[in-house]
Amino acid sequence: MASKLDLDPRVVRAARRLAARAGQPVVDLARSHTTVSVERAVLRLAGVHGADQDGIPWVNRLVDAVRADVGLGHGVAVPVFHAMRSTGVDDVTVLAQKAAAGAVRFDVPGKKADAATARRAAARATGRGLKIVDRRRAERDRLIKRLGDPRQRPWIYLIVATGDIYEDIPQAQAAARAGADVIAVIRSTGQSLLDYVPEGATREGFAGTYATQENFRLMRAALDETSKELGRYVRLTNYASGLCMPEIAALAGMERLDMMLNDSMYGILFRDINPIRTFVDQRFSRQVHARAGIIINTGEDNYLTTADAVEAAHTVTVSQLLNEFFAHEAGLADWQLGLGHAFEINPEVPESFRLELAHALLARELFPDAPLKWMPPTKHMTGDVFRGNLLDGFFNLVGALTGQGILLVGMMTEAVVTPWLSDRDIALQNVRYVLTGAGNLHEDFVPAPGGFIQQRAHAVLGEAVELLEKIVDDSLLTAIAEGTFGIMKRPADRGKGLDGVARHDDDYYNPVTVALEEAP
Amino acid sequence: MTIVRPYGDTTGDGMVQLSFTLPIPHDKRAEGAAVQLANKMGMDPALLVHAKPMGDEFTFFVVYGRVNHLVDTEQVQVVERDFPLLSAKEVNATIKRRLRRRLSVVGACIGTDAHTVGIDAILNLKGIAGEKGLEYYSELSVTNMGAQVSVPDLVETARERKADAVLVSQVVTQRDAHLQNTRAMSAAFREALPAGKRPLLIVGGPRFDELMAAELGVDRIFTRGTTPREVASYLVHAITGSTS
Repeated sequence: MASKLDLDPRVVRAARRLAARAGQPVVDLARSHTTVSVERAVLRLAGVHGADQDGIPWVNRLVDAVRADVGLGHGVAVPVFHAMRSTGVDDVTVLAQKAAAGAVRFDVPGKKADAATARRAAARATGRGLKIVDRRRAERDRLIKRLGDPRQRPWIYLIVATGDIYEDIPQAQAAARAGADVIAVIRSTGQSLLDYVPEGATREGFAGTYATQENFRLMRAALDETSKELGRYVRLTNYASGLCMPEIAALAGMERLDMMLNDSMYGILFRDINPIRTFVDQRFSRQVHARAGIIINTGEDNYLTTADAVEAAHTVTVSQLLNEFFAHEAGLADWQLGLGHAFEINPEVPESFRLELAHALLARELFPDAPLKWMPPTKHMTGDVFRGNLLDGFFNLVGALTGQGILLVGMMTEAVVTPWLSDRDIALQNVRYVLTGAGNLHEDFVPAPGGFIQQRAHAVLGEAVELLEKIVDDSLLTAIAEGTFGIMKRPADRGKGLDGVARHDDDYYNPVTVALEEAP
Repeated sequence: MTIVRPYGDTTGDGMVQLSFTLPIPHDKRAEGAAVQLANKMGMDPALLVHAKPMGDEFTFFVVYGRVNHLVDTEQVQVVERDFPLLSAKEVNATIKRRLRRRLSVVGACIGTDAHTVGIDAILNLKGIAGEKGLEYYSELSVTNMGAQVSVPDLVETARERKADAVLVSQVVTQRDAHLQNTRAMSAAFREALPAGKRPLLIVGGPRFDELMAAELGVDRIFTRGTTPREVASYLVHAITGSTS
């Protein structure tokens, strides 16, 4: 798309440089710490699976046992695979079971040769896990080649959320048949704060369905069937967020999910998860996503639901730039960056639609190669479903006019009920009308030089640069602590999950990170 | 006039609109079924204005029609606002005068509910719809515990902060979670604190029925559209017993 906003390339470069400077200390922090969930993800890739009779996964039991004996700072790989050798157990899940029963004592081998042997064994095991991820990615490439991508942009993204995976499946299939290109299964509200990943197929969730490996597998298989029937590859989305981000990322890679919600700051701001825990988990999970060919969706839309969408527009831009920096650093390519933003300006504000256009176009032009994720109005949906449907139509129109990559379909019953079948049908009809009637209007839509839209976009970018300068001076962790994003104040020494963070010892070893960082 | 009927475009015409889905394929019979449902709901005549298949197994209908039911506005039971609406200034002044200390408020979303939008709209400085939240009131001391707070934590914090009032927001209603959580919360406070020492218990959320306060064991229920100012005014009224 040719430039429509006439952004100054020097300002854009300066913004990116500032984002990199603001983000680098956080990356350094992430590179020098590990978490219980990172270590559990390593064990999942190494083949530990299943849970005890109370539903606590064996990876949790094993990491807890290792931690109790030698701490987390060495990484669990060496103590675990050293114990495999010394106990003669050849199945790492069996080792976890024995460890849970208190029958294994972990230590860090004193002899260099023993440590090297354990490292090699761990790398072999996690290599098998990564090979599964690679095979799933190749499988996706094959299916897309055979069945094809959606015929139009933006891709149409629909949510299902019944709480019961066996109800979700027919609903997801029906949504795909009705035109959805991407299906997202919303998670149960409690899940982000669980420090373990539930096991098996689940039928009980609140306002969503638990993310489990088995639920991933069931839904992907069902959508593969539907993809064949429809002659286009229907993508599946879930959430790599909350306390188990790294593990969910690993499971998503192994079960061929296609997109994952994965924001660098969402958990900190909206779930009060400790900032360091989040940044460490996030970096690892993004490295896994990069390897798995998964498109991440970031969560900037959320800032606008708590802060004012006009006043806080630049915080979205800042967060997008930070998310981009962290994503590139973790190895994700531009096509994998579903950077988020949303249509959340109060419709009573004069020129609200033009402001929305300016903000959406700014995101488009700052990130020309990223499949931006365009999120519908929620904050100003009032229960007046008629007005809501109109608002969604205007939201769709902005999406079409500004070349958004992924369009989350807005529901007129937002804030009323979890969407009914007919709500989805009406919403899709709305999207189809706009895309059919005005899908190519972006060809003719050129904002007047120096006009309202250009000026607004320049102003937001300018404010974003100012804020980034402040963040560079104060540090990102301070900015988060002071409530710069989405009003919430989140100090680095507070929040959930902090006790699951450990600084690397000198001999820290994580075979998965090593493999992901050396891969081309 | 206390007896009314719905209004379409003429007084007394009784016209209403209705939309729904039936789990059957779209055909003549389906349309007849939709009219039959509307008739049974009291719409007569029922005019089927729109029928649209959704997939192979469902049909969506829009029906307009006349109902012959009458509504007596005298018989309607609602919770009317029984306290005066005060400005922020008046709220602060009354607390200062009557309480001689700051009024302590603890707020949270309990259970698995992660939707802080309600509690934040009431408590955050930012507020909602141009009205500042309770944090803006200098004489209110606000503790916002955020989302997914356990009931024991809430009770503990309320005790610690010597809360005069506890505000709980519940958005998620799947499987009646909002009702169960509220009952668990009020029971915990009853158990933990004697009658005179208990803070005022207030719940809010878009799907509550204001009439259920006693049944849920709370002092007050606020529903959709509640503003921080209403909550502040209620707190002053209920805690300081003041009418001005």
